[in-house]
Amino acid sequence: MIAPESVPRVLRHAAGRPLTLAQHEESFGPLAPGAPSLELLESSGLTGRGGAAFPTARKARLIREQRGHNKFVVVNAMEGEPAAHKDRTLISANPHLVLDGAQYLAGIVGARHVAVCVSRDDPIMVNHLQRAVHERDRHGARGISFELHTPPWRYVAGEESALVHWLDDNESLPQYRPRRPHILRIGHAPVLVDNAETCAHVGLIARYGADWFRRLGTPTSPGSALVSVSGAVARPTVLEVPLGVPVRSILERAGADPDPQALLMGGYGGAWLDARHLDVPYSEDALAPLGSSVGAGVIIVLPRAGCGVVETQRIARWMANESARQCGPCAFGLPAIAEDLARLAVDTPGARAAYDRLIDRCGAIEGRGACRHPDGVVRLVRSALRVFAAHIEDHARGVPCPASRSTRHYSAVPSLEREEELIWE
Amino acid sequence: MGVRRRVGGFVLLVNPILCDGFGHCAELAPDLVHVDEWGYPIITTEPVALSNLAALESARYAVRGCPRQALRIERVHDAQ
Repeated sequence: MIAPESVPRVLRHAAGRPLTLAQHEESFGPLAPGAPSLELLESSGLTGRGGAAFPTARKARLIREQRGHNKFVVVNAMEGEPAAHKDRTLISANPHLVLDGAQYLAGIVGARHVAVCVSRDDPIMVNHLQRAVHERDRHGARGISFELHTPPWRYVAGEESALVHWLDDNESLPQYRPRRPHILRIGHAPVLVDNAETCAHVGLIARYGADWFRRLGTPTSPGSALVSVSGAVARPTVLEVPLGVPVRSILERAGADPDPQALLMGGYGGAWLDARHLDVPYSEDALAPLGSSVGAGVIIVLPRAGCGVVETQRIARWMANESARQCGPCAFGLPAIAEDLARLAVDTPGARAAYDRLIDRCGAIEGRGACRHPDGVVRLVRSALRVFAAHIEDHARGVPCPASRSTRHYSAVPSLEREEELIWE
Repeated sequence: MGVRRRVGGFVLLVNPILCDGFGHCAELAPDLVHVDEWGYPIITTEPVALSNLAALESARYAVRGCPRQALRIERVHDAQ
């Protein structure tokens, strides 16, 4: 048993290569033999680690109440966030813990199939999971079949409705879901989608119990979480931290710039956090009043030397390109926002007009896509307008900062793909 | 039963994936729908009373007139 107050939990026993099933069971002990219990999951208070922080037990209950013999549990290890590396780190450390959690969840909701989804653009991850799933088929899990699926890597392909749509033999495009909660289905079978890290936590809760899980974190966001820290750090790292620790302590552990300008929290659809708030606890309910969030566990450190407008512009441009182009407000609005930001970043005469237009366009786009992709960009841009207000004022007056002309950037945005080369199926 | 009383309200909803920005809805229901700079509809989100027959009729025209069949009317019971 892992000592309850210590981290790492899910990353414990990490060696150079992923643990085999035998090694895994030797280090963590076998999965508890009793019937999987939803009450245990409920009392643990685990929330999803994929970004939305939805209570895992509530989602599982919803699917358990559905009728159907062929329910699915989908493990979402797509990791569309370019700045996030947590699922990759977790799976390279211990894929079987993730599969344990998925198996436990399958027991709770009465599913027969576990579909593990990982992007095909990451062959190492595919290899690790293939091996783990193969081992399961030989040695473990009677009655539950594990299968590996490799959707294309797109930002929105990891969105749950896009993922399930892909598993249902379609393109990996987000779907319109006007009524929430919405039960996703493969054919007629209800599907429970959970992030890989969430599954790993379930795997530990199943072994050591809810009280053990709650010994770390705060009463409202218990447990630990994986954080991918990048930007102005010595080395980009993935850390496991108890929820509720000060953000500053995470930066210290990551070896980040001790005096940053701002932090991008949550991911590309997240929000900037002013460096004045470095002592805020790292949890959803403490970050929400500041307009920020834990999200997918991403922290990008922007040093004083960087320019927030340029970083936001680069991210917004990439996000605009990653739009599925299904909904007008997203397909046309996001490129327009990226364009306005680009005007603001360099000293063009139209900077002031671009600033005003940006505010109008953010208001016009919000909430009008089928998925939350445009809302994420709006959130990012709005937080940038708030956090870098003084800085943006300079840009709008036509006096951009020296950093905006530099070619040194702190967010590792992937290169843009041409629209006709985007693969969706 | 049989008589649908005009209590509560309705909202006009658009499926943004189906919508291709033809803009017919903004002409058929100008009180409910505005178009953004790209021609896609921005629909008022607060429910309109079902007793407002002119608005309901224009919403029905918009639903019928949509070339993509992307619009629909949904009743909201908790209004008023």
